[in-house]
Amino acid sequence: MKKDIVPIRDGYGKALLELGEINDKVIVMDADLSTSTRTNWFAEKYPQRFVDVGIAEQNMVNVAAGLSLEDKIPFVTTYGVFVCGRAFDQIRNTVCYSDLNVKIVGSHGGISVGPDGGSHQAIEDIGLMRILPNMTVVVPCDHVQAYKATLKLAELKGPAYLRLAREPTATITSEADKFSLGKADILQKGNDCAIFFTGTIGAEVIKASEMLKNEGINPTIINMHTIKPLDKEIILEYAKKFKKLVVVEEHLRTGGLGSAISSVLTEKYPIRIKHIAIEDRFGESGQPEVLLDAFGLSARKIKKQILDFIQ
Amino acid sequence: MTERKNKKIEKLKNIALELRRDILKMIAKAGSGHPGGSLSATDIGTALFFSEMKYDSNDPDWKERDRFILSKGHAAPLLYALLAKAGYFSGSELNKLRGYKSILQGHPASYLVPGVEVSTGSLGQGLSVAAGLALSAKQDKKNFRVFSLLGDGELNEGQIWEAIMFSGHNKLDNLCAIVDRNHLQIDGDTEKVMALEPLEEKWQSFNWNTISINGHDFEEILMAFEKFNQNSDKPFVIIAKTVKGKGVSYMENKAGWHGKAPNREQLEIALKELEN
Repeated sequence: MKKDIVPIRDGYGKALLELGEINDKVIVMDADLSTSTRTNWFAEKYPQRFVDVGIAEQNMVNVAAGLSLEDKIPFVTTYGVFVCGRAFDQIRNTVCYSDLNVKIVGSHGGISVGPDGGSHQAIEDIGLMRILPNMTVVVPCDHVQAYKATLKLAELKGPAYLRLAREPTATITSEADKFSLGKADILQKGNDCAIFFTGTIGAEVIKASEMLKNEGINPTIINMHTIKPLDKEIILEYAKKFKKLVVVEEHLRTGGLGSAISSVLTEKYPIRIKHIAIEDRFGESGQPEVLLDAFGLSARKIKKQILDFIQ
Repeated sequence: MTERKNKKIEKLKNIALELRRDILKMIAKAGSGHPGGSLSATDIGTALFFSEMKYDSNDPDWKERDRFILSKGHAAPLLYALLAKAGYFSGSELNKLRGYKSILQGHPASYLVPGVEVSTGSLGQGLSVAAGLALSAKQDKKNFRVFSLLGDGELNEGQIWEAIMFSGHNKLDNLCAIVDRNHLQIDGDTEKVMALEPLEEKWQSFNWNTISINGHDFEEILMAFEKFNQNSDKPFVIIAKTVKGKGVSYMENKAGWHGKAPNREQLEIALKELEN
Protein backbone atom coordinates (compact mmCIF):
# COMPACT_ATOMS: atom_id res chain seq x y z
CA MET A 1 0.00 0.00 0.00
CA LYS A 2 1.55 3.27 -1.09
CA LYS A 3 -0.10 6.45 0.09
CA ASP A 4 0.76 10.12 0.36
CA ILE A 5 2.00 10.96 3.82
CA VAL A 6 0.77 14.45 4.73
CA PRO A 7 -0.03 16.15 8.05
CA ILE A 8 -3.75 16.60 8.50
CA ARG A 9 -3.28 20.22 9.59
CA ASP A 10 -2.12 20.99 6.04
CA GLY A 11 -5.64 20.21 4.84
CA TYR A 12 -6.98 22.68 7.38
CA GLY A 13 -4.52 25.38 6.30
CA LYS A 14 -5.42 24.84 2.66
CA ALA A 15 -9.15 25.01 3.37
CA LEU A 16 -8.69 28.28 5.25
CA LEU A 17 -6.96 29.74 2.20
CA GLU A 18 -9.92 28.68 0.10
CA LEU A 19 -12.35 30.18 2.62
CA GLY A 20 -10.35 33.39 2.60
CA GLU A 21 -11.08 33.59 -1.10
CA ILE A 22 -14.76 32.62 -1.12
CA ASN A 23 -16.15 33.80 2.22
CA ASP A 24 -15.24 37.20 3.58
CA LYS A 25 -16.99 36.46 6.86
CA VAL A 26 -14.34 33.94 7.84
CA ILE A 27 -11.90 35.20 10.48
CA VAL A 28 -8.99 33.05 11.61
CA MET A 29 -7.66 33.31 15.14
CA ASP A 30 -4.65 31.78 16.81
CA ALA A 31 -2.91 31.88 20.17
CA ASP A 32 0.72 32.26 19.16
CA LEU A 33 0.96 28.89 17.39
CA SER A 34 0.13 29.92 13.84
CA THR A 35 3.12 28.19 12.24
CA SER A 36 2.33 24.98 14.00
CA THR A 37 -1.41 25.00 13.27
CA ARG A 38 -0.95 26.22 9.67
CA THR A 39 -3.07 29.33 10.20
CA ASN A 40 0.02 31.28 9.12
CA TRP A 41 -0.87 30.50 5.50
CA PHE A 42 -4.13 32.41 5.92
CA ALA A 43 -2.42 35.13 7.99
CA GLU A 44 0.04 35.88 5.20
CA LYS A 45 -2.62 36.19 2.55
CA TYR A 46 -5.41 37.80 4.60
CA PRO A 47 -3.69 39.67 7.42
CA GLN A 48 -6.69 41.93 8.00
CA ARG A 49 -8.84 38.87 8.79
CA PHE A 50 -6.33 37.14 11.01
CA VAL A 51 -6.27 37.80 14.77
CA ASP A 52 -3.40 36.58 16.91
CA VAL A 53 -4.43 37.00 20.55
CA GLY A 54 -1.10 35.94 22.00
CA ILE A 55 -1.00 33.09 24.47
CA ALA A 56 -4.51 33.67 25.82
CA GLU A 57 -6.95 30.93 24.87
CA GLN A 58 -9.80 32.04 27.11
CA ASN A 59 -9.82 35.53 25.66
CA MET A 60 -9.51 34.08 22.15
CA VAL A 61 -12.68 32.01 22.49
CA ASN A 62 -14.73 34.93 23.77
CA VAL A 63 -13.37 37.48 21.30
CA ALA A 64 -14.47 34.94 18.70
CA ALA A 65 -17.88 34.89 20.37
CA GLY A 66 -18.08 38.66 19.95
CA LEU A 67 -17.08 38.41 16.30
CA SER A 68 -19.68 35.72 15.68
CA LEU A 69 -22.38 38.02 17.09
CA GLU A 70 -21.56 40.30 14.17
CA ASP A 71 -22.16 37.47 11.67
CA LYS A 72 -18.52 36.60 11.29
CA ILE A 73 -17.32 33.01 11.24
CA PRO A 74 -14.29 32.76 13.51
CA PHE A 75 -12.03 29.70 13.37
CA VAL A 76 -10.34 29.64 16.76
CA THR A 77 -7.18 27.61 16.47
CA THR A 78 -4.60 26.24 18.86
CA TYR A 79 -3.54 22.92 20.37
CA GLY A 80 -6.55 20.84 21.35
CA VAL A 81 -5.30 20.26 24.85
CA PHE A 82 -5.16 24.00 25.54
CA VAL A 83 -8.36 25.20 23.95
CA CYS A 84 -10.59 22.40 25.25
CA GLY A 85 -9.07 22.41 28.69
CA ARG A 86 -8.15 25.95 29.55
CA ALA A 87 -11.05 27.55 27.68
CA PHE A 88 -13.67 24.93 28.51
CA ASP A 89 -15.78 27.33 30.56
CA GLN A 90 -15.69 29.90 27.75
CA ILE A 91 -16.72 27.27 25.22
CA ARG A 92 -19.46 26.02 27.52
CA ASN A 93 -20.90 29.17 29.01
CA THR A 94 -20.47 31.67 26.21
CA VAL A 95 -20.21 29.76 22.94
CA CYS A 96 -22.43 26.70 23.43
CA TYR A 97 -24.90 28.15 25.91
CA SER A 98 -25.53 31.10 23.59
CA ASP A 99 -25.33 28.76 20.56
CA LEU A 100 -22.81 30.95 18.74
CA ASN A 101 -21.26 30.30 15.37
CA VAL A 102 -17.72 29.75 16.62
CA LYS A 103 -15.48 27.02 15.22
CA ILE A 104 -12.98 25.60 17.68
CA VAL A 105 -10.05 23.87 16.04
CA GLY A 106 -7.76 21.77 18.20
CA SER A 107 -4.62 20.62 16.49
CA HIS A 108 -2.25 18.08 18.04
CA GLY A 109 -4.84 15.52 19.03
CA GLY A 110 -3.72 12.17 20.44
CA ILE A 111 -0.43 10.70 21.61
CA SER A 112 1.02 10.74 18.10
CA VAL A 113 1.99 14.35 18.89
CA GLY A 114 5.09 12.53 20.14
CA PRO A 115 8.13 14.12 21.79
CA ASP A 116 6.34 17.11 23.38
CA GLY A 117 4.88 14.64 25.85
CA GLY A 118 1.74 14.27 27.89
CA SER A 119 1.19 17.99 28.55
CA HIS A 120 0.72 18.63 24.83
CA GLN A 121 -1.19 15.53 23.76
CA ALA A 122 -4.96 16.04 23.70
CA ILE A 123 -6.46 12.71 24.74
CA GLU A 124 -9.68 13.96 26.36
CA ASP A 125 -10.72 16.68 23.90
CA ILE A 126 -13.36 14.68 22.05
CA GLY A 127 -15.03 13.78 25.32
CA LEU A 128 -14.98 17.35 26.60
CA MET A 129 -16.48 18.76 23.43
CA ARG A 130 -18.95 15.98 22.76
CA ILE A 131 -20.75 16.38 26.07
CA LEU A 132 -21.66 20.00 25.36
CA PRO A 133 -25.19 20.75 24.10
CA ASN A 134 -25.34 22.50 20.69
CA MET A 135 -21.81 21.33 19.81
CA THR A 136 -20.85 19.48 16.62
CA VAL A 137 -17.67 17.37 16.82
CA VAL A 138 -15.69 16.35 13.75
CA VAL A 139 -12.50 14.31 13.62
CA PRO A 140 -11.21 13.94 10.06
CA CYS A 141 -8.95 11.02 9.16
CA ASP A 142 -6.53 12.69 6.78
CA HIS A 143 -5.64 15.99 5.13
CA VAL A 144 -8.09 15.49 2.27
CA GLN A 145 -10.96 15.00 4.68
CA ALA A 146 -9.76 17.82 6.94
CA TYR A 147 -9.98 20.14 3.96
CA LYS A 148 -13.55 19.10 3.22
CA ALA A 149 -14.59 19.16 6.86
CA THR A 150 -13.28 22.69 7.31
CA LEU A 151 -15.27 23.94 4.31
CA LYS A 152 -18.40 22.19 5.58
CA LEU A 153 -18.05 23.62 9.07
CA ALA A 154 -17.88 27.12 7.63
CA GLU A 155 -21.35 26.50 6.18
CA LEU A 156 -22.76 24.99 9.37
CA LYS A 157 -24.43 27.45 11.73
CA GLY A 158 -23.49 26.89 15.37
CA PRO A 159 -20.56 25.82 17.51
CA ALA A 160 -18.26 23.08 16.29
CA TYR A 161 -15.04 21.37 17.31
CA LEU A 162 -12.61 20.12 14.70
CA ARG A 163 -9.82 17.84 15.89
CA LEU A 164 -6.56 17.75 13.97
CA ALA A 165 -3.26 15.96 14.48
CA ARG A 166 0.36 16.91 14.22
CA GLU A 167 2.08 13.98 12.54
CA PRO A 168 2.12 13.38 8.81
CA THR A 169 -0.16 10.39 8.22
CA ALA A 170 -1.25 8.31 5.27
CA THR A 171 -3.92 9.73 3.01
CA ILE A 172 -6.73 7.21 3.12
CA THR A 173 -9.52 9.09 1.37
CA SER A 174 -9.53 10.66 -2.05
CA GLU A 175 -10.66 14.03 -3.30
CA ALA A 176 -13.56 12.44 -5.14
CA ASP A 177 -15.00 10.88 -1.96
CA LYS A 178 -18.15 12.48 -0.62
CA PHE A 179 -18.13 14.05 2.80
CA SER A 180 -21.32 14.72 4.75
CA LEU A 181 -21.39 15.84 8.36
CA GLY A 182 -23.04 13.23 10.54
CA LYS A 183 -22.83 10.50 7.92
CA ALA A 184 -20.12 7.90 8.42
CA ASP A 185 -18.08 6.55 5.50
CA ILE A 186 -17.58 2.88 4.74
CA LEU A 187 -13.97 2.62 3.62
CA GLN A 188 -14.13 -1.06 2.81
CA LYS A 189 -16.61 -3.87 3.10
CA GLY A 190 -15.75 -7.27 4.48
CA ASN A 191 -17.77 -10.12 5.88
CA ASP A 192 -15.90 -11.03 9.04
CA CYS A 193 -16.13 -8.10 11.42
CA ALA A 194 -16.70 -4.34 11.57
CA ILE A 195 -14.15 -1.81 12.78
CA PHE A 196 -15.26 1.72 13.63
CA PHE A 197 -12.55 4.33 13.99
CA THR A 198 -12.12 8.09 14.12
CA GLY A 199 -9.22 10.31 13.13
CA THR A 200 -5.74 9.66 11.77
CA ILE A 201 -5.53 6.32 13.54
CA GLY A 202 -7.45 5.16 10.46
CA ALA A 203 -4.12 4.68 8.69
CA GLU A 204 -3.11 2.13 11.34
CA VAL A 205 -6.53 0.48 11.16
CA ILE A 206 -6.15 0.00 7.41
CA LYS A 207 -2.70 -1.50 7.88
CA ALA A 208 -4.10 -3.81 10.55
CA SER A 209 -6.84 -4.83 8.18
CA GLU A 210 -4.27 -5.76 5.50
CA MET A 211 -2.58 -7.98 8.07
CA LEU A 212 -5.92 -9.55 8.98
CA LYS A 213 -6.61 -10.26 5.33
CA ASN A 214 -3.39 -12.26 5.20
CA GLU A 215 -4.91 -14.43 7.87
CA GLY A 216 -8.14 -14.82 5.95
CA ILE A 217 -10.19 -12.22 7.83
CA ASN A 218 -11.94 -9.47 5.88
CA PRO A 219 -13.12 -6.55 8.01
CA THR A 220 -15.58 -3.82 7.18
CA ILE A 221 -13.99 -0.47 8.06
CA ILE A 222 -16.12 2.52 8.97
CA ASN A 223 -14.79 6.04 9.38
CA MET A 224 -16.76 7.88 12.05
CA HIS A 225 -15.49 11.35 11.17
CA THR A 226 -18.45 12.98 12.92
CA ILE A 227 -18.65 12.13 16.60
CA LYS A 228 -21.60 14.42 17.13
CA PRO A 229 -24.22 14.16 15.77
CA LEU A 230 -23.43 10.45 15.79
CA ASP A 231 -24.47 8.28 12.86
CA LYS A 232 -26.50 5.86 14.98
CA GLU A 233 -28.05 4.06 12.03
CA ILE A 234 -24.78 2.73 10.72
CA ILE A 235 -23.74 1.61 14.20
CA LEU A 236 -26.97 -0.35 14.68
CA GLU A 237 -26.88 -1.73 11.16
CA TYR A 238 -23.42 -3.23 11.62
CA ALA A 239 -24.06 -4.27 15.23
CA LYS A 240 -26.99 -6.34 13.99
CA LYS A 241 -24.98 -7.72 11.12
CA PHE A 242 -21.88 -8.86 13.06
CA LYS A 243 -23.18 -9.14 16.66
CA LYS A 244 -19.92 -7.61 17.84
CA LEU A 245 -17.96 -4.49 16.92
CA VAL A 246 -14.47 -3.11 17.21
CA VAL A 247 -13.85 0.58 17.98
CA VAL A 248 -10.42 2.17 17.57
CA GLU A 249 -9.53 5.70 18.58
CA GLU A 250 -6.57 7.77 19.70
CA HIS A 251 -8.38 9.10 22.74
CA LEU A 252 -9.00 8.08 26.32
CA ARG A 253 -11.28 5.10 26.69
CA THR A 254 -13.61 7.43 28.58
CA GLY A 255 -15.60 10.01 26.66
CA GLY A 256 -14.63 9.42 23.05
CA LEU A 257 -16.06 7.49 20.13
CA GLY A 258 -16.13 4.21 22.05
CA SER A 259 -18.18 5.77 24.82
CA ALA A 260 -20.56 7.29 22.29
CA ILE A 261 -21.05 3.97 20.49
CA SER A 262 -21.39 2.01 23.75
CA SER A 263 -24.10 4.35 24.88
CA VAL A 264 -26.11 3.75 21.70
CA LEU A 265 -25.64 -0.01 21.84
CA THR A 266 -26.41 -0.37 25.55
CA GLU A 267 -29.78 1.19 24.94
CA LYS A 268 -30.72 -0.17 21.53
CA TYR A 269 -28.82 -3.36 20.84
CA PRO A 270 -26.52 -4.59 23.61
CA ILE A 271 -23.63 -6.54 22.16
CA ARG A 272 -19.96 -6.86 23.05
CA ILE A 273 -17.52 -4.35 21.66
CA LYS A 274 -13.75 -4.39 21.66
CA HIS A 275 -12.68 -0.85 22.45
CA ILE A 276 -9.09 -0.14 21.48
CA ALA A 277 -8.18 3.23 23.04
CA ILE A 278 -5.87 4.92 25.52
CA GLU A 279 -6.27 3.46 29.00
CA ASP A 280 -6.74 5.65 32.06
CA ARG A 281 -3.36 7.39 31.84
CA PHE A 282 -1.63 10.40 30.29
CA GLY A 283 0.60 10.32 27.25
CA GLU A 284 4.37 10.68 27.35
CA SER A 285 7.33 11.64 25.18
CA GLY A 286 8.61 9.40 22.43
CA GLN A 287 8.51 8.99 18.68
CA PRO A 288 4.93 8.72 17.42
CA GLU A 289 5.29 5.17 16.11
CA VAL A 290 6.90 4.05 19.37
CA LEU A 291 4.09 5.62 21.39
CA LEU A 292 1.33 4.15 19.23
CA ASP A 293 2.80 0.70 19.73
CA ALA A 294 3.31 1.21 23.46
CA PHE A 295 -0.30 2.35 23.85
CA GLY A 296 -1.65 -0.59 21.85
CA LEU A 297 -2.58 1.53 18.85
CA SER A 298 -0.04 0.42 16.23
CA ALA A 299 -1.34 -1.64 13.30
CA ARG A 300 0.36 -4.70 14.76
CA LYS A 301 -1.24 -4.29 18.18
CA ILE A 302 -4.63 -3.41 16.72
CA LYS A 303 -4.55 -6.54 14.59
CA LYS A 304 -3.63 -8.73 17.55
CA GLN A 305 -6.42 -7.34 19.74
CA ILE A 306 -8.97 -7.81 16.96
CA LEU A 307 -7.86 -11.39 16.38
CA ASP A 308 -8.14 -12.19 20.10
CA PHE A 309 -11.59 -10.62 20.14
CA ILE A 310 -13.17 -12.30 17.15
CA GLN A 311 -11.71 -15.74 17.51
CA MET B 1 -25.82 73.38 35.21
CA THR B 2 -28.39 74.24 32.57
CA GLU B 3 -32.09 73.85 33.17
CA ARG B 4 -32.24 71.18 30.50
CA LYS B 5 -29.51 69.15 32.09
CA ASN B 6 -31.15 69.51 35.49
CA LYS B 7 -34.36 68.16 34.08
CA LYS B 8 -32.58 65.26 32.44
CA ILE B 9 -30.88 64.32 35.68
CA GLU B 10 -34.16 64.58 37.57
CA LYS B 11 -35.69 62.22 35.03
CA LEU B 12 -32.81 59.75 35.35
CA LYS B 13 -33.04 59.83 39.14
CA ASN B 14 -36.71 58.94 38.97
CA ILE B 15 -36.08 56.12 36.55
CA ALA B 16 -33.34 54.78 38.81
CA LEU B 17 -35.71 54.78 41.78
CA GLU B 18 -38.32 52.94 39.76
CA LEU B 19 -35.75 50.37 38.59
CA ARG B 20 -34.50 49.82 42.12
CA ARG B 21 -38.05 49.09 43.20
CA ASP B 22 -38.48 46.70 40.26
CA ILE B 23 -35.24 44.93 41.16
CA LEU B 24 -36.25 44.39 44.76
CA LYS B 25 -39.79 43.33 43.91
CA MET B 26 -38.69 40.77 41.37
CA ILE B 27 -36.01 39.30 43.64
CA ALA B 28 -38.44 39.15 46.58
CA LYS B 29 -41.01 37.43 44.38
CA ALA B 30 -38.44 34.95 43.06
CA GLY B 31 -37.17 34.27 46.56
CA SER B 32 -33.57 34.46 45.37
CA GLY B 33 -31.28 36.63 43.26
CA HIS B 34 -28.61 39.29 43.58
CA PRO B 35 -29.78 42.65 44.94
CA GLY B 36 -26.45 44.10 46.16
CA GLY B 37 -24.63 44.33 42.83
CA SER B 38 -27.81 45.19 40.94
CA LEU B 39 -28.46 48.21 43.13
CA SER B 40 -24.86 49.42 43.05
CA ALA B 41 -24.93 49.57 39.25
CA THR B 42 -28.47 50.89 38.81
CA ASP B 43 -27.48 54.53 38.25
CA ILE B 44 -24.83 53.55 35.70
CA GLY B 45 -27.30 51.29 33.90
CA THR B 46 -29.94 54.00 33.94
CA ALA B 47 -27.58 56.56 32.42
CA LEU B 48 -26.54 54.07 29.75
CA PHE B 49 -30.01 53.00 28.71
CA PHE B 50 -31.87 56.28 29.13
CA SER B 51 -29.29 58.82 28.08
CA GLU B 52 -26.19 57.42 26.41
CA MET B 53 -26.88 54.37 24.27
CA LYS B 54 -28.53 54.19 20.86
CA TYR B 55 -30.91 51.27 20.41
CA ASP B 56 -34.37 50.41 19.20
CA SER B 57 -36.28 48.03 21.45
CA ASN B 58 -38.68 47.30 18.58
CA ASP B 59 -35.75 46.11 16.51
CA PRO B 60 -33.29 44.43 18.90
CA ASP B 61 -31.04 43.43 15.98
CA TRP B 62 -30.77 46.96 14.53
CA LYS B 63 -27.26 46.96 13.10
CA GLU B 64 -26.32 50.45 14.24
CA ARG B 65 -27.28 49.96 17.88
CA ASP B 66 -24.73 50.35 20.62
CA ARG B 67 -23.93 47.01 22.22
CA PHE B 68 -24.17 46.38 25.94
CA ILE B 69 -22.56 43.36 27.58
CA LEU B 70 -23.31 42.68 31.22
CA SER B 71 -20.12 40.90 32.16
CA LYS B 72 -21.24 40.68 35.81
CA GLY B 73 -24.16 38.47 34.81
CA HIS B 74 -25.50 38.09 38.34
CA ALA B 75 -26.78 41.68 38.05
CA ALA B 76 -29.44 40.15 35.80
CA PRO B 77 -32.29 41.79 37.76
CA LEU B 78 -30.85 45.20 36.85
CA LEU B 79 -30.52 44.25 33.20
CA TYR B 80 -34.06 42.86 33.09
CA ALA B 81 -35.49 45.98 34.77
CA LEU B 82 -33.63 48.15 32.23
CA LEU B 83 -34.78 46.11 29.24
CA ALA B 84 -38.39 46.04 30.40
CA LYS B 85 -38.37 49.79 31.01
CA ALA B 86 -36.79 50.28 27.57
CA GLY B 87 -39.62 48.28 26.03
CA TYR B 88 -37.87 45.07 24.95
CA PHE B 89 -40.53 43.01 26.71
CA SER B 90 -43.49 43.52 29.02
CA GLY B 91 -42.86 44.51 32.61
CA SER B 92 -45.06 41.62 33.73
CA GLU B 93 -42.23 39.24 32.77
CA LEU B 94 -40.30 40.55 35.75
CA ASN B 95 -42.66 38.66 38.05
CA LYS B 96 -41.44 35.41 36.53
CA LEU B 97 -37.77 35.95 37.32
CA ARG B 98 -35.96 32.64 37.91
CA GLY B 99 -39.10 30.61 37.34
CA TYR B 100 -39.50 27.51 35.21
CA LYS B 101 -40.01 28.41 31.51
CA SER B 102 -39.39 32.09 32.21
CA ILE B 103 -37.32 34.02 29.68
CA LEU B 104 -35.69 35.64 32.70
CA GLN B 105 -33.23 33.01 33.87
CA GLY B 106 -31.19 33.45 37.02
CA HIS B 107 -28.41 34.76 34.81
CA PRO B 108 -29.05 36.33 31.37
CA ALA B 109 -29.57 33.86 28.52
CA SER B 110 -29.32 35.57 25.14
CA TYR B 111 -31.32 32.90 23.33
CA LEU B 112 -34.34 33.79 25.44
CA VAL B 113 -34.30 37.53 26.06
CA PRO B 114 -34.52 40.20 23.37
CA GLY B 115 -31.89 42.84 24.03
CA VAL B 116 -29.42 40.48 25.71
CA GLU B 117 -26.47 40.24 23.30
CA VAL B 118 -24.79 37.21 24.85
CA SER B 119 -25.34 34.89 27.79
CA THR B 120 -23.27 35.70 30.85
CA GLY B 121 -23.05 34.42 34.38
CA SER B 122 -19.66 32.78 34.53
CA LEU B 123 -17.56 35.77 35.57
CA GLY B 124 -14.67 37.19 33.60
CA GLN B 125 -15.98 36.48 30.12
CA GLY B 126 -18.01 39.50 29.04
CA LEU B 127 -15.19 41.93 28.42
CA SER B 128 -13.63 39.58 25.86
CA VAL B 129 -16.95 39.33 24.03
CA ALA B 130 -17.24 43.12 24.12
CA ALA B 131 -13.72 43.36 22.71
CA GLY B 132 -14.73 40.98 19.89
CA LEU B 133 -17.69 43.21 19.07
CA ALA B 134 -15.52 46.32 19.14
CA LEU B 135 -12.93 44.65 16.92
CA SER B 136 -15.63 43.64 14.47
CA ALA B 137 -16.88 47.25 14.33
CA LYS B 138 -13.34 48.39 13.56
CA GLN B 139 -12.91 45.76 10.84
CA ASP B 140 -16.18 46.73 9.20
CA LYS B 141 -15.79 50.47 9.83
CA LYS B 142 -19.06 50.61 11.76
CA ASN B 143 -19.83 53.39 14.17
CA PHE B 144 -21.55 51.55 16.97
CA ARG B 145 -19.97 51.60 20.41
CA VAL B 146 -19.62 48.78 22.90
CA PHE B 147 -20.24 49.13 26.63
CA SER B 148 -19.47 46.45 29.16
CA LEU B 149 -20.31 46.52 32.84
CA LEU B 150 -17.92 44.63 35.09
CA GLY B 151 -17.98 43.83 38.77
CA ASP B 152 -14.91 44.71 40.80
CA GLY B 153 -14.72 41.25 42.31
CA GLU B 154 -14.90 39.96 38.76
CA LEU B 155 -11.54 41.58 38.08
CA ASN B 156 -9.97 38.71 40.05
CA GLU B 157 -10.48 36.59 36.94
CA GLY B 158 -7.35 36.23 34.81
CA GLN B 159 -9.29 36.36 31.57
CA ILE B 160 -10.32 39.95 32.32
CA TRP B 161 -6.67 40.95 32.14
CA GLU B 162 -6.23 39.05 28.89
CA ALA B 163 -9.13 41.09 27.51
CA ILE B 164 -7.72 44.34 28.90
CA MET B 165 -4.36 43.58 27.27
CA PHE B 166 -6.03 42.61 23.98
CA SER B 167 -8.19 45.74 23.84
CA GLY B 168 -5.28 48.05 24.61
CA HIS B 169 -3.12 46.30 22.03
CA ASN B 170 -5.79 46.65 19.36
CA LYS B 171 -6.58 50.27 20.29
CA LEU B 172 -10.29 49.58 20.65
CA ASP B 173 -11.33 53.16 21.33
CA ASN B 174 -14.95 52.24 20.57
CA LEU B 175 -15.01 50.11 23.73
CA CYS B 176 -16.06 51.48 27.11
CA ALA B 177 -15.70 49.28 30.19
CA ILE B 178 -17.39 50.35 33.40
CA VAL B 179 -16.23 48.89 36.70
CA ASP B 180 -18.88 48.79 39.38
CA ARG B 181 -16.39 49.54 42.16
CA ASN B 182 -18.50 48.72 45.20
CA HIS B 183 -15.55 47.26 47.11
CA LEU B 184 -17.40 44.11 48.14
CA GLN B 185 -17.35 40.57 46.87
CA ILE B 186 -19.00 37.52 48.40
CA ASP B 187 -16.28 36.83 50.92
CA GLY B 188 -15.94 40.48 51.95
CA ASP B 189 -13.86 43.59 51.20
CA THR B 190 -12.21 43.31 47.79
CA GLU B 191 -8.97 44.61 49.26
CA LYS B 192 -8.92 41.84 51.82
CA VAL B 193 -10.03 39.00 49.56
CA MET B 194 -7.76 39.87 46.63
CA ALA B 195 -6.53 43.45 46.51
CA LEU B 196 -7.23 45.35 43.30
CA GLU B 197 -5.58 48.67 44.10
CA PRO B 198 -3.99 50.61 42.57
CA LEU B 199 -6.75 49.80 40.10
CA GLU B 200 -6.83 52.82 37.83
CA GLU B 201 -3.07 52.64 37.32
CA LYS B 202 -3.36 48.98 36.38
CA TRP B 203 -5.72 49.81 33.52
CA GLN B 204 -3.53 52.73 32.46
CA SER B 205 -0.48 50.52 32.32
CA PHE B 206 -2.42 48.20 29.96
CA ASN B 207 -2.88 51.18 27.60
CA TRP B 208 -6.39 52.27 28.51
CA ASN B 209 -7.68 55.77 29.14
CA THR B 210 -9.33 55.95 32.53
CA ILE B 211 -11.59 58.07 34.66
CA SER B 212 -12.73 57.60 38.25
CA ILE B 213 -16.14 58.90 39.21
CA ASN B 214 -18.88 58.65 41.78
CA GLY B 215 -21.11 56.00 40.23
CA HIS B 216 -24.23 57.39 41.88
CA ASP B 217 -23.83 60.97 40.67
CA PHE B 218 -25.54 61.35 37.30
CA GLU B 219 -23.66 64.50 36.46
CA GLU B 220 -20.38 62.66 36.85
CA ILE B 221 -21.64 59.58 35.00
CA LEU B 222 -22.78 61.65 32.02
CA MET B 223 -19.52 63.60 32.05
CA ALA B 224 -17.59 60.30 31.96
CA PHE B 225 -19.54 59.21 28.86
CA GLU B 226 -18.75 62.57 27.25
CA LYS B 227 -15.08 61.91 27.88
CA PHE B 228 -15.45 58.48 26.32
CA ASN B 229 -16.98 60.04 23.24
CA GLN B 230 -13.98 62.34 22.86
CA ASN B 231 -11.63 59.44 23.49
CA SER B 232 -9.38 58.06 20.76
CA ASP B 233 -6.60 55.54 20.19
CA LYS B 234 -7.23 53.64 23.41
CA PRO B 235 -10.12 51.81 25.02
CA PHE B 236 -11.80 53.65 27.86
CA VAL B 237 -12.65 52.54 31.37
CA ILE B 238 -14.87 54.27 33.88
CA ILE B 239 -14.11 53.23 37.42
CA ALA B 240 -17.38 54.02 39.11
CA LYS B 241 -17.19 54.16 42.88
CA THR B 242 -20.44 52.76 44.14
CA VAL B 243 -22.16 51.42 47.23
CA LYS B 244 -23.28 47.83 47.19
CA GLY B 245 -27.01 47.67 47.91
CA LYS B 246 -27.33 51.43 47.18
CA GLY B 247 -30.66 52.96 48.15
CA VAL B 248 -31.72 50.43 50.77
CA SER B 249 -30.32 51.35 54.18
CA TYR B 250 -30.03 47.86 55.58
CA MET B 251 -28.39 46.50 52.43
CA GLU B 252 -25.82 49.22 51.87
CA ASN B 253 -22.22 48.08 52.17
CA LYS B 254 -23.24 44.63 53.37
CA ALA B 255 -21.61 41.70 51.58
CA GLY B 256 -24.38 39.49 52.96
CA TRP B 257 -26.83 41.09 50.51
CA HIS B 258 -24.84 39.98 47.49
CA GLY B 259 -27.13 37.09 46.70
CA LYS B 260 -30.06 37.10 49.10
CA ALA B 261 -33.72 37.99 48.62
CA PRO B 262 -35.50 40.33 51.04
CA ASN B 263 -38.51 38.88 52.86
CA ARG B 264 -41.91 40.61 52.80
CA GLU B 265 -41.25 43.05 55.65
CA GLN B 266 -37.79 43.85 54.39
CA LEU B 267 -39.22 44.54 50.94
CA GLU B 268 -41.78 46.93 52.37
CA ILE B 269 -39.12 48.88 54.23
CA ALA B 270 -36.98 49.02 51.09
CA LEU B 271 -39.82 50.18 48.86
CA LYS B 272 -40.67 52.93 51.32
CA GLU B 273 -37.08 54.13 51.25
CA LEU B 274 -37.17 54.19 47.47
CA GLU B 275 -40.26 56.32 47.00
CA ASN B 276 -39.92 59.27 44.65
